Amino acid sequence: MSIMNKHGLLERHSLLLTVGILVVVSIGGLIQMAPLAYMDNTIEKVDGMRPYTPLELMGRDIYVREGCYVCHSQMVRPLRDEVERYGHYSLAAESMYDHPFQWGSKRTGPDLARVGGKYSAEWQVDHLKDPRALVPESVMPPYAFLADKKLNFDRIGERLRTERLLGVPYTDEMIENAEGHLYAQADPDEKGYDHLDGLLEQYDGASGREGSVEFRDYDGDPGRVTEMDAIVAYLQMTGTLVDFSTYEADDLSNRR
Amino acid sequence: MTSRTISSNSGGGSIASVSALVAVFGVLALIIAGRTIDHAMGIQAMTFIVLVTAFLVGTGMWAGNLINRNPFDESRYEDTLVKFGVFASVFWGIAGLLVGVIIALQLTFPNIFYFPEFGWTNFGRLRPLHTSAVIFAFGGNVLLATSFYVVQRTCRTRIAGGMWPWFVFWGYQFFIVLAATGYLLGVTQSKEYAEPEWYVDLWLTIVWVAYLLVFLGTLWKRKEPHIYVANWFYLSFIVTIAMLHIVNNLSIPVSWTGTKSVQVFAGVQDAMTQWWYGHNAVGFFLTTGFLAIMYYFIPKRVNRPVYSYRLSIVHFWSLIFIYIWAGPHHLHYTALPQWAQTLGMTFSIMLWMPSWGGMINGVMTLSGAWDKLRTDPVVRMMVVSLAFYGMATFEGPLMSVRAVNSLSHYTEWGIGHVHSGALGWVGYISFGALYCLVPWLYKKKALFSKSLVEWHFWISTIGILFYMISMWFAGIMEGLMWRAYNEYGFLEYSFVETVEAKHISYMIRALGGGLYFSGAVIMAYNLVRTALGHGAAEPVDSKPDPYANPEPRATLVPAE
Repeated sequence: MSIMNKHGLLERHSLLLTVGILVVVSIGGLIQMAPLAYMDNTIEKVDGMRPYTPLELMGRDIYVREGCYVCHSQMVRPLRDEVERYGHYSLAAESMYDHPFQWGSKRTGPDLARVGGKYSAEWQVDHLKDPRALVPESVMPPYAFLADKKLNFDRIGERLRTERLLGVPYTDEMIENAEGHLYAQADPDEKGYDHLDGLLEQYDGASGREGSVEFRDYDGDPGRVTEMDAIVAYLQMTGTLVDFSTYEADDLSNRR
Repeated sequence: MTSRTISSNSGGGSIASVSALVAVFGVLALIIAGRTIDHAMGIQAMTFIVLVTAFLVGTGMWAGNLINRNPFDESRYEDTLVKFGVFASVFWGIAGLLVGVIIALQLTFPNIFYFPEFGWTNFGRLRPLHTSAVIFAFGGNVLLATSFYVVQRTCRTRIAGGMWPWFVFWGYQFFIVLAATGYLLGVTQSKEYAEPEWYVDLWLTIVWVAYLLVFLGTLWKRKEPHIYVANWFYLSFIVTIAMLHIVNNLSIPVSWTGTKSVQVFAGVQDAMTQWWYGHNAVGFFLTTGFLAIMYYFIPKRVNRPVYSYRLSIVHFWSLIFIYIWAGPHHLHYTALPQWAQTLGMTFSIMLWMPSWGGMINGVMTLSGAWDKLRTDPVVRMMVVSLAFYGMATFEGPLMSVRAVNSLSHYTEWGIGHVHSGALGWVGYISFGALYCLVPWLYKKKALFSKSLVEWHFWISTIGILFYMISMWFAGIMEGLMWRAYNEYGFLEYSFVETVEAKHISYMIRALGGGLYFSGAVIMAYNLVRTALGHGAAEPVDSKPDPYANPEPRATLVPAE
């Protein structure tokens, strides 16, 4: 076979071989990844999505920091048992503001894409502190230390600005008042009282519907904002944003 | 006088340039440490400064003692570096396997192995530590050590760059230390097998570019007309990992003095990018890199030519072309558009053929030397690694079929699958190479103890079987339980019932992992005693100059 004999050329020229490798390994990735960036139907058209509030975003950072994604997926597949167990199957639109995504790859614990509102905040706090006190067969690690740690949000403004740089639609008001909004959500009666209206106006406005932001002292420890406040605020809103009453699964633009 | 002698050759220049580069990064770390308000970043920067200082002091003391000796003598191979790589591999391998056993025990006995007061020992932080330690610390050091050894022998020249290969080695260890301590501190960007944050990614990029240049530089000054097949595989591993690493880690730091960064891609695009990376970390780190080991060490050990030159060409190009498409099989039934899922599945099934082509090329290299399977446990280990490779690369395409994946995905079956590849294929081909390298490097006639290799082989093999079978069982069971309905049309099991059902499997898995870990400890003992020249590891009589009397090479000539 003559083509085999020509291979000697590549075996004698290392740069040619290097370029050859680079070309061959680039093709698949380009064809699979590039279209996702510009094809309109990659992400469905939905109502209700809004950026994370500062407290939810900090909670999400703790979710990432603690490696929750190694045991919990956030991707309900369109299979009968999953939809019945967890709720409506996940849409691409629901993670459009997730830098990075948290779909996960393993369910050592259950899927969390729609855990928001499924349990009370008190249950979440107790369960995080000592999982086996509530679910004896659980193998989840204990996270009681989250309730002792004051939430560090020194860079919350920069954080939102970086997200905006990458396409998350935070407004100037949201960035300027980030700290106040954070207090308003976790401590609405005291420290955050003045910013509560602003928080609801900004984020419900972005969502396009009322009631998209839950605000309360999550960890039962008023007066200070802990990491427990943040992570429970995040868990309690996952999967609750999209308004499925207006979502048309069979619409041509949503069929992918 | 001394400094002039050294700087009169390229070696002295490379010592100075490497030291300067490392010092620059040390100063940057110092600035970050001084300005940061981020506790974790402070610890990371200080760790790096300590490492850099130790490196610079060590280099200075070593260079000061050279007197007139040229440390980069072009008439000799750089074998000291390979020795460092071999024992770094052994060290990180044992560390990574130990963390694996610990996290297996955490899932089995959560009341004993979790410590509420030490949150940094929780499963979520230790699992990335385990995966990175075994893949990048153990596997990476095996690849560094063997590639430095192989490229010198097959090009019949000393490794290029003087001090730069040493920069690659130490720079890579610094990467490992920063990544590992970062995980314990909670510094992660949560992308599997790409968890380190932006500054660690940047450092690794510099080290990796140096690695590519050292490797290419050695190819450029080769004294062989042809580039040997193992080097094609090493080159594709280095080039492709660079591409994958850079694209998947594109992110913008929130602050130059903080650990946190924001990924450039979001949601579905980020998922596609991550699994394009994730699957090809398997494809190009854990497959092509270790196939390069196969293409050198098996022919050398059994003293036979590679079975088929043509098959190696077809194998090489088809494998690297097809592998890169397989990522979306990690995203079946997700919100990734279905055309991408279908492409991923199609190419995953096609991938079966080049994978088995490579396995056949390796196994058939034993033609005429099959007796060595019985007499040489090191050869047996490498051939069994190919058997595991063949099994894992059949199982992979099977699991990538959408219908099968709907059952297997998210379950322990996936864990069993990766471990049959990781423990069986990557582990065994690496152990085989390490067992070859230590006597060769230390010029010993044999290993300290052959029977300890037998013990290692059998203990580990039983360990792998326990691991695989328990995880198949657990995975298929939980997959079926999740989708089970009762007679009234309701879901039969709550989630936690499926967790409870896996308890026995988890115990068997931990036992299997423990056995595999014990085997690695036996290997470490055997290799150290070999290097020290104990037992059967008698010195080889003074070896002739390799250039005057070239050793028989693993052949390029077609076997036909």
